[in-house]
Amino acid sequence: MAHGLTIEESPTTGDDEITNYTINFGPQHPAAHGVLRMVMELDGEIVERVDPHVGLLHRGTEKLIEHKTYLQALPYFDRLDYCSPLCQEHSYVLAIEKLLNLEVPIRAQYLRVLFAELTRMSNHFLNIGAHVMDVGAMTPNLWVFELREDCMNFFERASGARMHSAWFRPGGVHQDVPEKLLVDIGEWLDNRVPELFGDAMSLVMDNRIFKQRNVDIAVVSREDAIKWGFSGPLIRAAGVPWDLRKSQPYDVYDRMEFDIPVGTNSDCYDRFMVRVQEVYQSARIIKQCLAEMPSGPIASDDRKVVPPKRGEMKQSMEALIHHFKLYTEGFHVPAGEVYVATESPKGEFGVYLVSDGSNKPYRCKIRPTAFSHLQAMDMMTKGHMLPDATAILGAIDVVFGECDR
Amino acid sequence: MSVLHSAPKFTRIDGLKDTLAGALSTMLIDASEEHGELLLTVQRDSIEDALRLLRDEHGYQQLMEIAGVDYPSRPERFEVVYMLLSLTKNSRIIVKVTAAEATPVPTVTTLWPNAGWLEREVFDLYGVVFAGNADLRRILTDYGFEGHPFRKDFPLTGYVELRYSEEEQRVVYEPVELAQDLRSFDFLSPWEGADYVLPGDEKADTPPVDEAKTTDSPKETGAGAKTDEKADEKVSAGAPAEEQTGKDRTPAPEPTEDRKDRPERKGDTKDTAAATQPKNKD
Repeated sequence: MAHGLTIEESPTTGDDEITNYTINFGPQHPAAHGVLRMVMELDGEIVERVDPHVGLLHRGTEKLIEHKTYLQALPYFDRLDYCSPLCQEHSYVLAIEKLLNLEVPIRAQYLRVLFAELTRMSNHFLNIGAHVMDVGAMTPNLWVFELREDCMNFFERASGARMHSAWFRPGGVHQDVPEKLLVDIGEWLDNRVPELFGDAMSLVMDNRIFKQRNVDIAVVSREDAIKWGFSGPLIRAAGVPWDLRKSQPYDVYDRMEFDIPVGTNSDCYDRFMVRVQEVYQSARIIKQCLAEMPSGPIASDDRKVVPPKRGEMKQSMEALIHHFKLYTEGFHVPAGEVYVATESPKGEFGVYLVSDGSNKPYRCKIRPTAFSHLQAMDMMTKGHMLPDATAILGAIDVVFGECDR
Repeated sequence: MSVLHSAPKFTRIDGLKDTLAGALSTMLIDASEEHGELLLTVQRDSIEDALRLLRDEHGYQQLMEIAGVDYPSRPERFEVVYMLLSLTKNSRIIVKVTAAEATPVPTVTTLWPNAGWLEREVFDLYGVVFAGNADLRRILTDYGFEGHPFRKDFPLTGYVELRYSEEEQRVVYEPVELAQDLRSFDFLSPWEGADYVLPGDEKADTPPVDEAKTTDSPKETGAGAKTDEKADEKVSAGAPAEEQTGKDRTPAPEPTEDRKDRPERKGDTKDTAAATQPKNKD
């Protein structure tokens, strides 16, 4: 109205000023990546406030674990973040091994690193595909899903299960892998991944629409990223070269040569690109594992923790007793408490394990990655348009099995 | 003890325990190091100051997690455990306070914004109150949930269950009704800490009974209340086994040895032992 200008009256809005209104995003929404309910306060199409309601998938995993032996509790970890099952098991078995001070044979450490990285690739394939689809592209998702399917087949050949492997065990891994599987993984990395993934990403990375939807969306400063407890690709996109595999190496990560991709702008595009680069870095790690992996035992020879193989159990009385005791009573873990965090594909996945010296965990607190990230949703979404919320959510990489536990 | 495990190795800072203990001085109750983890227990009322000191002066920039733990036998039954991470020193420490139901813990949302949800979670699951947290709502449990489910005295099965009621056209809550008793197997070896009377041990002290105990009715099978209720119900009326036909069943066959009409075995073999025992392979 200033300077004598008059604004044309809209015939539909009338003279009332538009008041903020509240909508529910979810709990059933295809872009919510699960059961997330976000109460959004909108001013037109601008998001003023977001209040994420989580817990719709709360199953009380931590309470259930308190009622199981250490080994029986392991499969619950597959069911937390069902997109990267083996990486969750990794934190848990390392926590138990830390309390027991149990040495893991070197081949088992290589196998764990190999499969943790394969899981990382499979997780990123899913997230990259879903993120791309959330902002409107269809084809790349179908292509990377092909690759994810390949990963699933590798898991199946190693453990017998496509998703819920329960393959990492305290003291090592459950079973050795067939030689052909390692050959096939190597071939897959050399031929199929660069071709299919490279093609899919070439459609997206420089795509104008994709950039319009992601560049400069949800910029988080370095200070904010640290303050809000970010980890994983989100803190790396903010320019902090923080990767637990590098800074706090576990298993044989200290023998691996790989780079930590970091972002410069800390927006959704950077988070996406960090994941794309991490796929290539994971491939590098897997190749090193394949080249360097020695032969040898795949589980600790501590008979009080690792059950004997079935064939041995049928032959030896001693083994039969151990087998029976370990699968009924389970092993006892010395009293104490540890917090063990590993670099899961989504960030820092931690297990705070309190043992009272019995055969069941006294308390097993799981530190989900998505909890802190999702909490910052309000901070990140404020002032953006409603459709940007899906891009932001996609770039957080949230899975509710893990967030809600 | 040498480190054999392959869990994440963060930087071990020499004398960190003494440095931090000195810095926290009166706020500190106990400092200990076990399994390579530094555990600091501080005064409840000064947790905010303690964490601020650790964040600003000692470089623990990130609050990764707040965990609640319940120890019902202690006078202040809850522990609230803060996991701190230093990105610059590559170090982790664990800071604890104790609390009871009625003693609020000062909030640390003033230091880290992400403490908000973490405190809400501890409040929701354990009922620890955080003074100063402006948004202390439940977070993981259902809207309108009652109780604090992760307390040790809260049963695993809970108290209510919900279902969609076709009549009322909405979700209704009902007391939990289990189709069978909750089975809790305790395989603790009696030599290592089982603190209950083993089945049968209770007879050791009591004098021998006059009458032998028998299972008089199918109810007393020990299979639980649910099964007992069902036990007296007839499975089906007039099942074939219960019908009185008055005829004898087909008799059992005669022992083979007595079948004299059998032709004599050919060859020299006197018994079958050779055929059933493993052959010596040498």
